[in-house]
Amino acid sequence: MVPDATPMSYYGQPILKPPTWKWPIAAYLFTGGLAAGTSLVGAAARLHGDRRLAGAASAATMSAIGVSAGFLIEDLGRRSRFHHMLRVVKITSPMSVGTWIFSIFSSLAGASAVAEIGEKVGVPARVARPVTAVGQVGSALVGPALATYTAVLLADTAVPAWHEARRDLPWVFAGSATASGGAMGILLSTLAPLDPSDGFASGPRRMAVVGAALEVGADEAMHRRLRAVATGDTDKPDIGAAYTSGSPRVLAGAARAASVTGAATVALAGRRDRPRTRLLAAAGALLVLAGAALERFAIFHAGKASTTDPVYTVGPQRLRLVPPARRP
Amino acid sequence: MTIIDRGSDGTDLTLQGIGTPRYDREQRVGFFTDTSICIGCKACEVACKEWNDVPADGLNFLARSYDNTGHLSADTWRHVAFVEQPTTDPESARSGVRWLMSSDVCKHCTSAACLEVCPTGALFRTEFETVVVQQDICNGCGYCVSACPFGVIDQRKGDGRVWKCTLCYDRLRGGQTPACAQACPTQSIQFGPLEQLRERAAARIEALHDQGVDDAQLYGDDPGDGVGGFGAFFLLLDKPEVYGLPPDPVSTTRDLRTMFNAATAAAFGLLGIAAATLLGQRRG
Repeated sequence: MVPDATPMSYYGQPILKPPTWKWPIAAYLFTGGLAAGTSLVGAAARLHGDRRLAGAASAATMSAIGVSAGFLIEDLGRRSRFHHMLRVVKITSPMSVGTWIFSIFSSLAGASAVAEIGEKVGVPARVARPVTAVGQVGSALVGPALATYTAVLLADTAVPAWHEARRDLPWVFAGSATASGGAMGILLSTLAPLDPSDGFASGPRRMAVVGAALEVGADEAMHRRLRAVATGDTDKPDIGAAYTSGSPRVLAGAARAASVTGAATVALAGRRDRPRTRLLAAAGALLVLAGAALERFAIFHAGKASTTDPVYTVGPQRLRLVPPARRP
Repeated sequence: MTIIDRGSDGTDLTLQGIGTPRYDREQRVGFFTDTSICIGCKACEVACKEWNDVPADGLNFLARSYDNTGHLSADTWRHVAFVEQPTTDPESARSGVRWLMSSDVCKHCTSAACLEVCPTGALFRTEFETVVVQQDICNGCGYCVSACPFGVIDQRKGDGRVWKCTLCYDRLRGGQTPACAQACPTQSIQFGPLEQLRERAAARIEALHDQGVDDAQLYGDDPGDGVGGFGAFFLLLDKPEVYGLPPDPVSTTRDLRTMFNAATAAAFGLLGIAAATLLGQRRG
């Protein structure tokens, strides 16, 4: 009898349970990264002395982190028990570590925003301003952790398309968050134009372009790494195949297209600062944001797809036990 | 329902189960499921449901031999798999089919990813070194579901929390045998101190190999495997994947250091890029 080329399974049934996480978690991956990236723009503006942009970025950060908290609680099986996350500090649980990063980030950003509002309603500036500045800069220092722990959150699972991407995912997410922050900075400065003679005006544009480049580059590296994990199956020869059909394929393609065109638009528009190029940069920024969001959804759905077919679970494990050269 | 566990003279019937090894508190206990003598009666599934008050999981017809349960889930803590294989074995000559039956259960891993990733501390390791969910703590975040390399633990619909085999923690605390093992009529499910079970399994696999059952293999008995050995391990008559089990399961947290290091590097990368692009090139 000819040996079966495809890894065997029990009635084609998946071995793993698909993640219980639904779209709010994918959305959080984006909004959390956006909050982190925007906090860096805000802190840089604060350090630069641009209080208008710093204030706008602070408000945007608070909006993004507030929405994030909503997404996270929405996805729980028992929402009223969300605070059980704060029962323990557990280094082996990226979700526990992330909860604390999230809590510290939002506390600092929140303190900054409250102090800023306080100043407007009569709190003396000498009291309010240091809190505003320290909170904003502090949250920006925690921001990078907020943007990248989510990569560990996904990678630290049995989900093949996430776990095998563990070395690249943090860079994808870092790039995505950087691009998102820069894009948000562009949008905020479009609403309240910066003085073009000030070098800071081009900062968010550079950040968006470099971030998108990192995102796309790391994404490519991730796909290559996944394609290197063979399954021994003819139809789905490697884990990278989780991205080649259905919604992951569409989402990943759209993410790549949006990020590349968005970054190119921002880069072109940034060559001259005029009202019209400002609008063009804003359009590019929106594309960069769309690309970052689509990227998170692509990764999220590819992970789910890789759990529903036993080939991705059994194949690499079987090849690990019996390398092809040793097979009869 | 009432569990009758006392004889008319008051003796504890549960302790008279044949082959029930004695065990001490704070000793690692587990299951050795010898599938070579499983007859597919599903008494384990029923006993588990009854004792643990596990809700119904649907009245399904799956057209998978006698398996209409499907797989382990929040509402199925023992699952009997039925595999029908074409064979030329003379003993099965009449039907031309070989039956493989296996009662699957939570593996109670030594290195249990579900427990390690649980952010609330709801999943904990008991004094018997089994892995149990505290239902008053679980908030249904679902992390354990994605972490389990066997697809055992799952979220219960309409309840929101995760559920799985407790290895009858309540019965263990009462010095009793887990319901499935006690109900098993063939001792396919053997319960006891893990060390004893491993010795018994080693003897059994040797006997089977001597009888010419070359495909018989132990699954999960090796403390050196990817999950540090199972607390509930198996004797299988074919490759694990035939039964819907992963051939080389690994606890995802084994790579946690790699992942945190990569994330730390990427975080500093992000900070560096932001600093360089936002603060780096001041012109004005």
